[in-house]
Amino acid sequence: MGSNSIPGVSSAPRSDLAVLKPFTPAGHAYDEMFLLRWLASVPPQVIVLLLLIWPAAAFAQSGVYGMPDAFAALWRWIPFLTLQGFVFNVVISIFAMLIGTLAGAALGLGQISNRIWLRRLAWGITQLFRNAPWLVILFIVLLAFPFEINVFGFIIPVPAWMKAVIGLSLPIMANISEIVRGAVMSVPSAQWEAAESLSFSRTQTLWQIILPQCFKRMIPPWMNWYAILTMATPLCSLLGVGEIITFSRQAMEAENNRPELLVPFFGYALALFFAYCYPIARFTIALEKRFAVKL
Amino acid sequence: MTNWTPEQPIISIHNVRKSFGVVEVLKGVSMDIMKGEVICIIGPSGSGKSTLIRCINALNDIQGGSITVEGQEVHDDDLDRLELRKKVGMVFQQYNLFPHKSALENVMMAPIKVLNEDRAEVETRARALLKKVRLEGKEDNYPGELSGGQQQRVAIARSLAMRPDVMLFDEVTAALDPETVKEVLVTIKDLAAEGMTCILVTHEMGFAREVADHIYFTDKGVIVEHGSPSEFFDHASDPRTQEFLSQIL
Repeated sequence: MGSNSIPGVSSAPRSDLAVLKPFTPAGHAYDEMFLLRWLASVPPQVIVLLLLIWPAAAFAQSGVYGMPDAFAALWRWIPFLTLQGFVFNVVISIFAMLIGTLAGAALGLGQISNRIWLRRLAWGITQLFRNAPWLVILFIVLLAFPFEINVFGFIIPVPAWMKAVIGLSLPIMANISEIVRGAVMSVPSAQWEAAESLSFSRTQTLWQIILPQCFKRMIPPWMNWYAILTMATPLCSLLGVGEIITFSRQAMEAENNRPELLVPFFGYALALFFAYCYPIARFTIALEKRFAVKL
Repeated sequence: MTNWTPEQPIISIHNVRKSFGVVEVLKGVSMDIMKGEVICIIGPSGSGKSTLIRCINALNDIQGGSITVEGQEVHDDDLDRLELRKKVGMVFQQYNLFPHKSALENVMMAPIKVLNEDRAEVETRARALLKKVRLEGKEDNYPGELSGGQQQRVAIARSLAMRPDVMLFDEVTAALDPETVKEVLVTIKDLAAEGMTCILVTHEMGFAREVADHIYFTDKGVIVEHGSPSEFFDHASDPRTQEFLSQIL
């Protein structure tokens, strides 16, 4: 409006000279929070809609006779699938996140070390595990790790789920390493100089000035990786670890492997993962907004 | 230790050369600064002023010549840089306060963590310093809540808390609005009056004329002219200085 309505005045620049237009990149820049941002953007109404689609899809697959039976079968299995299955997915994700975070923090600090060999080594490990397929890492850990460890005569068994935790923690470690490196790099170098001119050593500067400043901005991407990890835990079913997908398949076999069971059972697993990750996403985005205000 | 005595220059810069890649920014700069002197370095942008004072506390390395602080060679590989920086305080154009710490904590941090001094004692000193830079009542504010001029005064107090012998000011008023420039300059003037050795890179000519004992004019990496403020401002002999002064005065 405005200038357009005044005769003879146009808001469009009129010039024969080359005008530098504002730079708008094609597509979106890479967002380290891609998953959670998308999840959190799902409005609650859509969830209700999806919950209606679930039985509808089951109905479309099995018709009116098979569907009630299939849901009745699911109803019988729900306590087992949830308490024995999904809870275990959560347990695996928490342990893998814990190990991945500790190892990743160390690796990330290695990536910004001033010892060049350590920096290169940490970078190499990070790139390897960040870019390798998760399933391949899982299989290597499963096959390479012994099923028991002998410590001074004590036999400590290493069950498959423990190997799965280690396998999943490796890509998490690599991604946390990148988060730590990126966060440290995002602090202006003037902060390093200011600390240096006040006689802080490198280690003191890092721990007392740089890391406290970027700790908050590491939390949202860290939660993003937790959600990705949680959703990757069904990969463990391929290693025979007893989690929700393994148990869902076993339950369906016990129910005579009827094809109309597929949508109710796997739909239930999907709903559980969504119900677990959706609040995490909403919370993280809220947290990110809160951190963004204060510098 | 070195056998430096206060009668000798506290900072002695001799034929310093500094390059960034193929660009030579300092092409043989020399100056001697006595204890208690206030030195202003002025000159067009890109003339190497800031680089020179950054070399004094080893934030930048040099490719030739020597810089000594209290008789100690700064660009000696064996030098304990942390020891040097305890003697030489520095204030930056962009303040560079630590944003996650309050004004008081900003001032207290280095003496406690670096000098391992007693916390209560440091706090008393820090409060006195903030009072001195006229920031009483702002102790618990975070840098984000302070104006540019206030932040810069916190930065000065933060440097002073280390009890330096020399203070370097790198265009400390360049990022401030005209109204707040004055409050920072008053603080520096107080310091100079107390006998602190100050080296300032500045564009505030009026201020330079008022407080400086000696003015250096640099252009294209060399010192073109130097002298007392009255010699410099009223009787500049070099055409480059005259041109610079005619543009800004």
